[in-house]
Amino acid sequence: MCGIVGLFLKDPKLESQLGAMLTDMLITMTDRGPDSAGIAIYGGAKDGLGKLTVQSANPGRDFRNLDADLHDAIGQPVAMLVKSTHAVLELPLAQLEAARAALTQLRPEVKVMSAGDSIEIFKEVGLPKDVAARFDLAKMKGTHGIGHTRMATESAVTTMGAHPFSTGADQCLVHNGSLSNHNGVRRELKRLGMTFETENDTEVGAAFISHKLQSGETLGNALEATLTDLDGFFTFVVGTKNGFGVVRDPIACKPAVMAETDQYVAFGSEYRALVNLPGIEDARIWEPEPATVYFWER
Amino acid sequence: MQTFDLGAEGLRALNSSLHALKGQTNMTAWEVINPKGAHAIAAGVDAPVEITVRGSTGYYCAGMNKQATIRIKGSAGPGVAENMMSGTVIIDGDASQYAGATGRGGLLVIKGNASSRCGISMKGIEIVVHGNIGHMSCFMAQSGTVLVLGNAGEALGDSLYEARIFVRGSVKSLGADCIEKEMRDEHFQIVEDLLRRGEADGKARPEEFRRYGSARKLYTFNIDNAAAY
Repeated sequence: MCGIVGLFLKDPKLESQLGAMLTDMLITMTDRGPDSAGIAIYGGAKDGLGKLTVQSANPGRDFRNLDADLHDAIGQPVAMLVKSTHAVLELPLAQLEAARAALTQLRPEVKVMSAGDSIEIFKEVGLPKDVAARFDLAKMKGTHGIGHTRMATESAVTTMGAHPFSTGADQCLVHNGSLSNHNGVRRELKRLGMTFETENDTEVGAAFISHKLQSGETLGNALEATLTDLDGFFTFVVGTKNGFGVVRDPIACKPAVMAETDQYVAFGSEYRALVNLPGIEDARIWEPEPATVYFWER
Repeated sequence: MQTFDLGAEGLRALNSSLHALKGQTNMTAWEVINPKGAHAIAAGVDAPVEITVRGSTGYYCAGMNKQATIRIKGSAGPGVAENMMSGTVIIDGDASQYAGATGRGGLLVIKGNASSRCGISMKGIEIVVHGNIGHMSCFMAQSGTVLVLGNAGEALGDSLYEARIFVRGSVKSLGADCIEKEMRDEHFQIVEDLLRRGEADGKARPEEFRRYGSARKLYTFNIDNAAAY
């Protein structure tokens, strides 16, 4: 199984409630995925600044003075906000890659969850309500976000095996299903220079899309390519800096419901994830068609 | 009228109240409010009662229904009326995948669209869909009738046994061993009757439908194919 939720806001008035709405949707999907949960949220981009969200199994040790150590390494100021096992590092966008490289030397056990202008990813093992509370997700603001509750099938229940997966700047992907040709696709993507953190099938889906985007394809074309090159069951929801996309495999046995109003576009694995959204009674509600790409960009 | 607030009282309380109704009962009219997409609403009912669900339902609403008339004033999630035995289920909105799967009897009416695998492995149920049906509908359908006022998706009636399929609109593709068949007088009568019972009077005329059924080549044992079994 697994549960997916997503929200793309059209009405800026709702941006202060994005975290609260997504958290409610995420917790509703607990019985589809009680193993682990995660959320990617887009917001708070500042001119010239970028964000790295990092994770550590030993945050007391790894996050102590991390901002100062990174400052010394890259010669630019770094602001750090620690949330439980994760920390968001804000620094000049031009130094993002340098900071990432320095991090592998300064704190070899720290993992990068996401990097980009506006993306932040928080994910951990545990019940969705506990994961949401740990990172105070309900207080987060933003323009769009994606959440996932995991019932693991393809690889171990670990923090790094939780979704969303991010394999490119401001990109992320969540998945309900299982890919059957992920080992072959991973080998090919490695040959093309992509790097992987896990043996997880979903990370391959994410890297596949990131590689297409890096090669200059549009999000729509990248999602179309998953239909021909990835084998297995999938409902994917992807996030980029400006948008939000959905694609289901041609068999489409993994459920998906969408709702759209003047204020938002919402995704849920089931309708019950959407029932508390404002104006849901009058929303246009439909199931995304199999083998059909949907995306919304601002 | 018994009104049951699912949000306040919970699913188990609803279904155990409904399961307690055996044979004849005075409590023949039920209304379920605040369904909010919950699973298994009014599954396993076995009494001649009328149940109206005010809103959309999740997985397996009205599953295994016997005798009851269940109306959903919204849309239904996957597996609505799965393995229905008798009675009637009427959905005002759309139905998700495998609506009426394995159904052995009764009537399922979907006033919107049904998505993939509608009527998969059906064994006697009648299904009327006012809109379209998705891919792989009526896969391995054994008996019963499906009437579709709109269009059918890919691979309609794949590996079909003896279920009858009537489609008014286009069929994207036929599945293995499913073929178009001639509409005879008896078929016009079946369609007319189902249009009336499926609350689709006036929406379509019997002569607008085409009939699909099994070519009977796949499921009939053929000695020439013995090596393939």
